[in-house]
Formats: sequence, structure tokens, C-alpha cells
Amino acid sequence: MRLTCPLCGPRDRREFYYYGAADYLRRPAEGASPDDWNDYLHNRDNPAGLTQDLWYHEQGCCAWLKVTRNTVTHEIVAVEAVAVADAGGAA
Amino acid sequence: MAKARLSILAYLPRTRFNAPVMERSAMRYSGFKVIAQGLFGNTGWKPAWRDPAPKAEYDAVIIGGGGHGLATAYYLAKNHGLTNIAVLEKGYLGSGNIGRNTTIVRANYFLPGNSEFYSHSLKLWEGLESDLNYNVMHSQRGLINLFHSDGQRDAFARRGNAMINQGDDAALLDRDGVRELLPYLDFDNTRFPIYGGLLHPRGGTARHDAVAWGYARAADQRGVDLIQNCEVTGIDIEGGRVTGVQTSRGRIRAKKVGLVVAGRSGQVAAMAGLRLPIESHVLQAFVTEGLKPVIDHVISFGMGHFYISQSDKGGLVFGGDLDFYASYASRGNLPMVEHVMEAGMTLMPMIGRARVLRSWGGIMDMTPDGSPIIDRTPVDGLFIDAGWNYGGFKAVPASGFCMAHLMATGQSHAVAARFKLNRFATGHLLDEEGTGSQHNLH
Amino acid sequence: MRIDGKGRIDRTRPVTFRFDGCTYAGYKGDTLASALIANDVRVVGRSFKYHRPRGILTAGSEEPNALVEIIGPSNQTPNTRATVQELFEGLEVRSQNRWPSLGFDLLEVNDLVAPFLSAGFYYKTFMWPRRFWEGLYEPLIRRAAGLGSLSGRHDEGVYEKAWAHCDMLVIGAGPAGLMTALTAARAGADVILADESSELGGRLLSDEAEIDGAPAVEWVAGVVAELTSMPNVRLMTRTSVTGAYDDGTFGALERVGLHRRPRPNLPRECFWRIVAKRSVLAAGALERSVAFEDNDRPGVMMASSLPTYLNRYGVVPGKRIALFTNNDSARATARSLMAAGVEVAAIIDSRTDAPDEPGMVVHKGAQVVRARGRMGLREITIAKGGTQTRLEVDCLGVSGGWNPTLHLTCHMNGRPRWSDELAAFVPNEGAIPGMMVAGAANGTFSTHGCLAAGAEAARASLEALGLGSGAVDLPQTTDAPYNIAPLWQVPGKGRAWLDFANDVTVKDVALSAQEGFRSVEHMKRYTTQGMAPDQGKNSNVAALAVLADATGRGIVQTGTTTFRPPYTPVSIAAMGAGGRGDGFAPQRFLTSDQASRDRGAPMIETGLWYRPSYFPKPGETTWREACDREVSMVRSSVGVTDVSTLGKIDIQGPDAGRFLDFVYSNTVSTLPLGRVRYGLMLREDGHVLDDGTCARLGEDHWLMTTTTAAAGLVMRHLDFVQQAFCARWRVRFASVTETWAQFAVAGPLARDLITSELGRAPGLPFMGCTTVTVQGVQGRLFRISFSGEEGYEIAVPTRYGEALFRDLTARAETMGGGLYGMEALNVLRIEKGFITHAEIHGRTTAFDIGMERMVSAKKDCIGKAAAARPGMTGPEREQLVGLTPLTDSPVTAGAYLFAQGVALTRENSAGYITSVGYSPTIQSHLALGFLKDGRARHGETLRLIDRLRGVDVLCAVVDPVFHDPKGEKLRA
Repeated sequence: MRLTCPLCGPRDRREFYYYGAADYLRRPAEGASPDDWNDYLHNRDNPAGLTQDLWYHEQGCCAWLKVTRNTVTHEIVAVEAVAVADAGGAA
Repeated sequence: MAKARLSILAYLPRTRFNAPVMERSAMRYSGFKVIAQGLFGNTGWKPAWRDPAPKAEYDAVIIGGGGHGLATAYYLAKNHGLTNIAVLEKGYLGSGNIGRNTTIVRANYFLPGNSEFYSHSLKLWEGLESDLNYNVMHSQRGLINLFHSDGQRDAFARRGNAMINQGDDAALLDRDGVRELLPYLDFDNTRFPIYGGLLHPRGGTARHDAVAWGYARAADQRGVDLIQNCEVTGIDIEGGRVTGVQTSRGRIRAKKVGLVVAGRSGQVAAMAGLRLPIESHVLQAFVTEGLKPVIDHVISFGMGHFYISQSDKGGLVFGGDLDFYASYASRGNLPMVEHVMEAGMTLMPMIGRARVLRSWGGIMDMTPDGSPIIDRTPVDGLFIDAGWNYGGFKAVPASGFCMAHLMATGQSHAVAARFKLNRFATGHLLDEEGTGSQHNLH
Repeated sequence: MRIDGKGRIDRTRPVTFRFDGCTYAGYKGDTLASALIANDVRVVGRSFKYHRPRGILTAGSEEPNALVEIIGPSNQTPNTRATVQELFEGLEVRSQNRWPSLGFDLLEVNDLVAPFLSAGFYYKTFMWPRRFWEGLYEPLIRRAAGLGSLSGRHDEGVYEKAWAHCDMLVIGAGPAGLMTALTAARAGADVILADESSELGGRLLSDEAEIDGAPAVEWVAGVVAELTSMPNVRLMTRTSVTGAYDDGTFGALERVGLHRRPRPNLPRECFWRIVAKRSVLAAGALERSVAFEDNDRPGVMMASSLPTYLNRYGVVPGKRIALFTNNDSARATARSLMAAGVEVAAIIDSRTDAPDEPGMVVHKGAQVVRARGRMGLREITIAKGGTQTRLEVDCLGVSGGWNPTLHLTCHMNGRPRWSDELAAFVPNEGAIPGMMVAGAANGTFSTHGCLAAGAEAARASLEALGLGSGAVDLPQTTDAPYNIAPLWQVPGKGRAWLDFANDVTVKDVALSAQEGFRSVEHMKRYTTQGMAPDQGKNSNVAALAVLADATGRGIVQTGTTTFRPPYTPVSIAAMGAGGRGDGFAPQRFLTSDQASRDRGAPMIETGLWYRPSYFPKPGETTWREACDREVSMVRSSVGVTDVSTLGKIDIQGPDAGRFLDFVYSNTVSTLPLGRVRYGLMLREDGHVLDDGTCARLGEDHWLMTTTTAAAGLVMRHLDFVQQAFCARWRVRFASVTETWAQFAVAGPLARDLITSELGRAPGLPFMGCTTVTVQGVQGRLFRISFSGEEGYEIAVPTRYGEALFRDLTARAETMGGGLYGMEALNVLRIEKGFITHAEIHGRTTAFDIGMERMVSAKKDCIGKAAAARPGMTGPEREQLVGLTPLTDSPVTAGAYLFAQGVALTRENSAGYITSVGYSPTIQSHLALGFLKDGRARHGETLRLIDRLRGVDVLCAVVDPVFHDPKGEKLRA
């Protein structure tokens, strides 16, 4: 398995750390309900097919990446840097 | 080797066994029968189970004909007298993880909630052959968890003490104690020097497929309809109550539906509008060509995420950690393959010349704390048994036992009382690894 | 028997080898199998279950019978295919799975009682009495099972792993593969051509085909010479591509040294990871057998192996040979044998419309119904119409048709497609992204078809690579059609073998269906068909055809089992190359490593780092003596220890304070310049992730420290939080763990030692920090303490670490102090109730360790919301406490706590112990642990019980800070 890091190019899977579904990017706002937090931390669509998940180029540029991927075929459709894709937080 | 205590009685449900036990014309297996049949050309063996067409309605339907589903059906019939029930299986019986694991059976958990459950499961294992009249080859060869530092020794000591507190067996081996049992380990390895091991004498292995077949045959004999090639395509819910399921072989009505489809839990639960705390991952396992006996025990090498035993056929059966990315592919990639082999070589270089014959992958229901779910759902009459992470095989008997109890009585069985669906919301977690709410770390 | 003038062996180089103690002669270029055939050795192995004598069946890696142990100078290799093992001088071979000898095997008794050992018999018996399973039945079964044996000794062989990258990987170097590689290479593509044989050419080396009017081997030689000369081509012989994985990654095993006399540094095997933009599978096809009574007798072989043995090795396995076939391919075999002067007694062709063969006896519409000859074929019985005739032969070549070698196309869950025309499965296009299948592997069996398919596969791949069209003229050759009439089993009463290696017969498959194991997966698992070393290469298709018959379904409906990696078995040592000994995980060494070792300190691993356990002094016989001395030394004078392993993260930017407030549970941004603060970090799920300190070095410049164990974890966490949630904040950070060497100096004389080192008084308040000049080097000084004494940590760039360490040590020793190790460090922190990852083990909340007030109410932070869940606080939770034994008894970590007088059950356990140590300061054993509602229970007496180690001690529950609870020493 190989991921194409937007900064480093195609690299073997062993350079990357996998975290989980891209749901982790949608952190509830302060004061959100416990249900929202429970859903954010634990519950997953967990699709058999296209999904988006988070990978960290730990043995490379240390970029967190949002990968669009098929969980059945392992086909990788897109890789984008989280910091660009979802540049969270107000300046 | 310590033997099972008889405290199993304490766990049996209070309901009387009023089931019309359908031993009927069913064939009883025995050595005598094998010889008698052999003398007459083995022509008299009957099918291990019927192949019924689905009825329009059952008292309860279990989705999933894997180990857990079949065991649930068996105990529903045996312990609760529910025999007008069906198991619906998309493919063939036992086509999921029951036939894709490394066959290890153990009760060496340490958190309350897990301890009593796996302890109960092991006791059921110890009576399984006579219970099912099927040789599942449960073999208590002893499981050894190795440790490589003082800190790890303390952690395993805690585990072992928890096992003893639970009434199970454990012994702490020092380096020489390990050497006596496993002389072929690399004791000169300085990277992860072997300090000792936690021995769980009642731990061992079983023939995985036989467990599915044994439960299937025994459930069938009690009147359970096992329906293969029957895919559930929808769950009927009216007014918050389940009323039946839609299948590739037509609608089936049922007031109680058990969802026992680890590996596909998310998809089936979604049919009932549920979103589960589960992410699916691939776990690879490996078997070598057959070899004369060389490894007697089950050995677990935590530093390398490596565990190994030798099957009765002679193959070394071993595995490692998840591939760590969400997957339904039932197959993995080389990085983990190589990592597992490297771990094997650092621990026991004597296996170097054994050749890996086959590798495969199972789909693991990974939960955010590494422990399973056996619970009601927000839909009345719909029950779920899921989230077995990669420890589902040893749990099969107790999982079926407790799921049957839940489906029959509506109440959680005492030994599965903490396997609640809402424990993540409330913070009552069962995190043996201590790695937190990241699904793939358990 | 050797045939003069035939074969590609080097007859000028004789080789001697030994098999089961007998010395034999062969030639360089022989395989073990061909050399055994040359020496008329017929029985080579014993079958798995019935221990039937078995000979050589094939000439390839799919061999199910001729598995042997290779005996090396230091170790043995079981289950080696005699058909793959090349001969070398001194090769020592032993047969396996027999006792006491290959010729007389006691367990052959199994064959006599075979009716009682039918498929799955073991599931039905051995259940009574129960304890006999582990005690008797299972050990007997295990001893009888298995094939070859491992020695039990460490494998000291050399193995390697390597990477290769290419535009095109061509798998198989027969006509299709060579044509693909040639076409692609001429177009400029980077090509890897891999073939499992020792020579490129595939079946062209065995057949007597002609290409461009000359023997095909001449064309092969020309192509190989051209490919060899091209810099963009890598030819890999003896290399089996074993697995197809995601994104063009393949696993491949190269047999580097197995065909040569062992030499010390010669790798035995190399496991390759090949990354290819495109791939072409041209792995050919495997011939399959036909099941008839006793079709496993030595001398019954695959028909296609005969021309291979003849033309590659110059041997034939019999003097009088018959061929049994249902297709045209065996005809060429017959002609080759005839031409070489071997007697072909008859061709038994099951097709009534089979073609004639000039000069040969052809029994059309006939079948071989039985083979005779336990230790070697003597006779076959031929049935035609209603009559049976016997024919004396010593070798029978069987061809039941051909199965394309499509295994790799199934490795990513691709399912093959049934072809009625070929009576075989063929691969589905696109089963492996980027892979094309060419030639026999795709069901194209003629030489012309293979060449054309190879060229086409190259053309299409080149186009996809953007490397042009790669037009190459196709050589002229024949295009013989492939006619087959399926025949899977010959009806009969006896046992007819499907899976030779695992002893699975037609009856077993029928029994499986009879007992309801009708799914092909059930049949496989119930009978074990396809689970032997050949993974069903010789039997899968026939077995499922028999199952289809038995269940009244078609083959398509019956389906297939799945081929999984590896294609051929791969040694654990090859895939695990590099893992032996220290190779399994990285090792990290401190700058003080040598200095510590010089002083005899045992080094122990913590989080990849090696740290000194203690520093023994002359006369000390136990670690405890050293530890007690070091603890007392720190408490009374001064101690020095290397703390460089702690994670150090340099954080800068105007928003750094804001960022720190977000990742720490407590507020850090308010810290004045030149000060240090303790920080608690939570995971987003509300449990404690790590703790450490944070120093403010400048207005926008901070230095975070982490624990040794969590350094990487925290860095990853910070990267995530920053990139995911505050990418626009002006903050950047980098790990500087390896940039600075840092040493703790602790004790009442710490200030004096620092003064001596710096040449001036440090002048720092407790929790202060500053830059300093250390012997002319720019460094940093922090006044922090993990021991409870006045403490400093002094940091210099890593290259000065060792020098400073040695200097600090020397100065400390002149003051009556010295070095202390991890054991003393642990006791010092237990005395102070400081926690480590023994306490923050991933299930701990801030509440549990009495730090709930450190989760600031004034701001959001990672983990705050989840920490507020009801289960995360409250009296039901186990809270950090200290414990002191009432008697002078050692206590153990991992012990459990019970109230006095209760039964020692899980339900009654009240808590557990995480850390213990003997405190020379307090002169008592101490423990830290977690106790249900513990903070409310100070003063209670509990039983501390470790039944594993026989510890049962009454302890008082106390505050976890045993020493200097007010912290007066710290602030001195």
C-alpha cells in the first residue's frame, strides 16, 4: 500500500501512522452536548466503500493527511493535507 | 494442569430446561459410530444439519451464522427453550472470523467486566465437547505471556492476580521457568531480554471451524433453522419496535431480532438506523506448512505483537497486530506481514526455516475501548452482539450464552452486564490496553 | 534413468549428493528430483495422513509429494520441494514424515484402517473420557501429523530484504513473459523480469517447439542475451513473485544461496518488495491430474513433467511409459519421449474422438481405472467400453488439462471466471490494478498465442505508462489448438486421490457433501483439501468439480475457494530478515551511555532508550544496596543523572501560549518569562495522556518536556491538534529531544555543584529557568525536581553531553555525591508521590490522581468535555493513594488491595498497586496504588495481596506524598 503525500510524493504505507475516520476533524464546539461528544469520539459510519480517514506522515514531513479511500478495494482516491483541507481555528 | 472448577452452575440461568430437546433421530457421534460406519463404507453418515427453507415467521431471528450467532441460537434453544428460531446467514455457516482466527482460547483479562465474562467462557469451553457432542479439539496447552522488563512484570502480575481473584489460574514464571517450558526461545536476545512470563495453564487452542459446526449441528438438532445463503437486506421497524427482517429469500417476521454480525455490524445496524462505536479493521494471520511437533504451548510476545501456537495438523499458526487502517478487504499488506515475521525471528529464530503457506485477513469490529457490546438497542426487540475487536473466538461460548440470555429475558446476564452500548457516552469504559478512544489501538 | 544427449545439465561437472544416507551422483544443472530420477529412486516421501509411499509428481514448485529435509551444516530445512532444490556438491537430503525409514514406515498402518479415518472423523470421536484428549489422543495425533521437522535450533542463516522499483514487472519468463519483457525493454521501460526457475525460458526449455524455424531454445537464448545487455532490465531468476498487494507492491522471494554449498556470508534467500507501475502476469499454467484408483502410486506423474525431465535434465522416470489424457497436450510429450528412444506403451485418451498418433497405440474413449505398485508403478488397468485390460508400465504420465496460473490475480479478492471451452478457470481482467495477464496464465496455450499475448500486454502497458507503442515483430511459430473433454474422476470403488499431499480422495469430497458440507469452503475445511503445502494447486479444480457432481450443481454455481498469498511458501526467516537479535526495534543511546557502562551500570531499555539501572560500587552485591546508597546520596548530598530521554519540544510563535492552553488542561500562557510550570495533558477522551513541564524561554518561545515513553505520542498529538484545529494560529514547533543533552542535579548540595560547574551561583528560584554558559558552551538551566530535593536540570547541545556528564560526575564525587540510576530515581519519586506511566496507564483520569483542579474551568482544552462524563469521576473510581506496610515486609506492584476479613475475590478487591520501592529515607517499603474512593480512606488498614508471589501484608492507606509533604526542600 502506498500513499501519495502532497508534500513528499508516493511513499510506502510504513511511513504513515493511521489515526481514524476524518470525523476527528469535526471537533464539537465548546459547550456542545454530551451526545455530540459521544458521537464525535466514538460513533462511526464505518462505510464499506469510500471513506475519509486521517493519516500522519510520521516518518516524513509530519503532515496530517485526509485520505479518501475505498475500504473494500483499498483504492486511494485522494490525499490532501489536513492543514490546508480543513484549516481549522480562527486566525 | 488445573482443571475447571464446577462453579459453572452458578452461572446457569434459573429457567428450567423445558425445551423439547430434539435429540430425536439425530445421529450421535462417538468412536464406536466412527468404527461402525467405517466398516460399512461410511455411507450412513447423515447431514450435520438440515437445509430448511425460511418460514414466514419465527419467535426470534438471529442475523449472522458465525460462531457467535450459532452459539446464541444454541443457547436460546438449550437454556431458554426457544426453538422456533432461525439463524440467517448471508454465505455459508461459519464464513466469518470463526474460520479466520488464530484459535486461541484464554481467560486472562484483568478488568472487572471482562474478567468474569471470559472466565465464564472458558468454563463453557471446558464442557463444550460433551455439551455439543462434537470434538472441537479444545486443547488446554497453556498460554505464556512473556515480559521483558520489571515494569511489564508488574503489569502481568496485576493481570495474573486478577485472574486468580476471578477464580482462574495463573502462575508467574521467572526466566528459568520460561526456559524450562520454551527452551527454544532466544534467551541471548538483548533487545528484549526475557525476564519471565505469565503462565495461564488453562489457556490453549481449539479447532476453529469445528466450533461453528458443533454449535450449528447442536442448534439444528434442537430445532433451530439454519438458513444459509440468506442475506438480510432490511430490518422492519414499526413504532420503535422490530417486526422482522427483509432478506434475499423474502420477508421474515420476528418480534426479536439479534444482530450478531461482527465484521459487518455497522452495515447491518445502519438498516435499523443505528450508528455504532465501531470501526472495521483488518487483522492478518498466518500458517506454515505442516511440521512435526515443535511448539507445545501458546506463546504471546507482547513487545512484538506476536503470538504463536502449533495446530494439531502441524502448521505453526501465528499472527500479529492490525494492519491499522479501516478495511473490509479481508486481506492485508506487507508491512505488517514483515513485522510479524521479524517479531517471530527475534523471539524464536528456530522457526526461521518454516515456510509460510498461507496468509489471510479477518474483519475486526474495533470499539473505542477494545471491549465488546452485548446489549439492547434503542429499537425494541433488536439486540446487538458486536465489537469483539480481535478477541472474539475465545468469547464464542459466553457470547452466545449471554446474548441468548439477553434475547430471552430482556436482561443482561450478570457476566456481560458491563458490555453496554452506552458506556462510551457515560465514561464507564473497559479499556484493557489503556490506549483510549482510538478504535484501532485495542 | 539418464538419456544421452539430452538435457541442459553440465555433464562435465558431476556432483555427488546423499539421500537418506546413500550417496548418489548427478550433474550441475540437475534438480534433486531429476538426479533422483536419474538414479532410479522412486519413493521420495510419505503422504500426510495415510503415510503412503510417494514419488515425484511434477517438475515444479507445485510438487505435493516429493518434500524432503535438506540437512545443512548447522541446521535443517524441512518440506523442501525436490523439484525445486538444485543439486550442489555435498547436498545432504533426508526423507520426512516416516518412521523408522522411508521404505518401512510404521504409520503406514493408517492406510489399512483408512475406512475409519474418513474426512472429519476426528470431529466425531476422541471425546471420551474428556481428559484423554490432552493426555493421549491429541499427542498421538500431533506426532502422526506434520511433515518435515525443524531442528529446534536457532536459524543462524543469513537472509536479506530489499526494495526494487520499476515501470513494469513481468512475472514468468516463458514465451509470453519473454516477449512482454523484450517489447517493453526495447521501448525503454524499466523492466524487472522474474522467474522462479534457475533459467529463463519457461516451458520453451522443456517443449520441442520451434520459433522462426529453429528450436525455441535458440530464440530464448537470443532474447535473454539481448535483455541481459540492456541497462533498463533486471533479470531475476530463482525468484518467485509470491504476493500481489496494494498499489503495485509485490512480494518476491529470491533463492540466493540455496542452490550452492553454504558459505558463511552467503544469504540463503532475499525477500524483495517490488513496486511496479504496471505488471504482466505470464506465469503459465499448471497441468492437473485425473482421479482414479491409487493414482498416487510412485511413477504416476504429470504428463508435462516428462518432457521437462527429458529436455532440461536428460532423464526419464521409466523404461516403459504410458500416457493418460483428455486433451491434446500430451501428444507432444509422447512424441518427445519416442524421439528420445523411450518406449511409449500406449496413450489412453478418454475422448472417443481423439486424434490418432502415428506409430503409437492410442486407446480412444478409454480410461485408466487403477494403478498397481505400492513402492513404484508396475501396472495400470485400462477400461474401454465394458472391458478392462492390464498394461505393464513403470511410469504413467497423466494430463487432465491445464489450469492457468492465475493465483496472483486472486490476492486482492479477485475471483476467476470459469471457461467451458478450456474447462478451467481464467483470470478476470482488472483483478489487480495495473496488471495484465498474458499467455497460458490467461488461458492462451499455444506458443504463437503466448508470444502475441506477450507483445500485446507490453503494448498496452507501455501505452498506459506513456512510453509509446513498443512495436516488435512477432516471431513465426505454431498455433496448435487446445482440445479438451473434461475428465475429473474415473468411476471406481477404490480410493482415488484428489489432494495428494493431504490425502483427500474423491470419497472424502463425496462424504463431505453427504454430511451437508456442500459449500466449497465447507468442503475444503472439512476434508482439508487444498490446505497442504501445494495449497491445492494440483487439486482445487478437480475437487470442486467432484463436489459439483456430488451436489448436483455446476462448477460455476459451486464457486471456488480463494488463493491467498504467498503463491509458493516463503520462509519466516526471509520475510523476517533483519529481525533477529537487536534488529527488531531501534535502539537509542544517551551521550552518557559509554560513561555509564564504564562504571558498570546495567543498562535497561525504556521507550527504545537505554538508561542506567544503578551504578554499583565495590562491595555491593545486590542492586538494592546500590539503590539505597544512591537514594541516600541524593537526599544527603548531590546526585547526577541523565534525563535527556525526556521528550523536548520547542514551541514558538505569538499564539504559542494560546496553543499550550489548548493542549494542556491547566493554564500555561500566564507563565512569566523565565519560569517553568507543571502541565497535565489529556487525551481527547478525557484520560491523562502525559505530564511534564513547560518553560517560557522568551516572549514567544516555550520548551515543553514530555515523559520518555510518550515523547513521540505527544509530538504526533500536537501536530494533529495544530494542523486540524488551529492551522491558522501563528505557532510552530519541533522536537529537540535529540538536540539537547540534559542532566538532573539533585540534592542539598545541588546548588553547590551547579555553582562549581558554571563558575557562578545559579540564582534561580524554584521553577525558574535561564540560559547559561557552561564551560564556554551556551546551555540552559532549569530549577525543577523529580526527586523532591533542590534540583536543577542543565542542558547543553548534544555534542557536549558526554563531556558535561563526565565533568558533573567528577565534581559531584568530590562533594560526596555521584551518579544515580533509574532504580534510585524511581524510589525518589515514589517517596514524593510523583507519578509515572505506571500510574498514568491510560485508564487514569485527572480525578483519579487528585488533579481534577488542574482541568481549568476557564478555558476549553483537549479532553475537557470527555473528562466531564459521569463515569470519569466519583467515589466508584479508584484513586491514587500511598501505602505503607505495617510490618517491615516487601510489597509488590501488581498486588491487589482487600479489606480485612473479606474473601479474596474479584468482587471484593478494592484496588491495586502500581509502584513499590524501599525507602531508605523513611526506612520502610512504600507503595503507590489506586484504591476505590481512596482519598476518603487515608488511615484505613488493608490487606495487600499478591497471590502470584505469596505476598500478604497489612498496609496503612496514606497520602501518596511520603517525604517532605510541604515541599520545603524543593524550595530551599
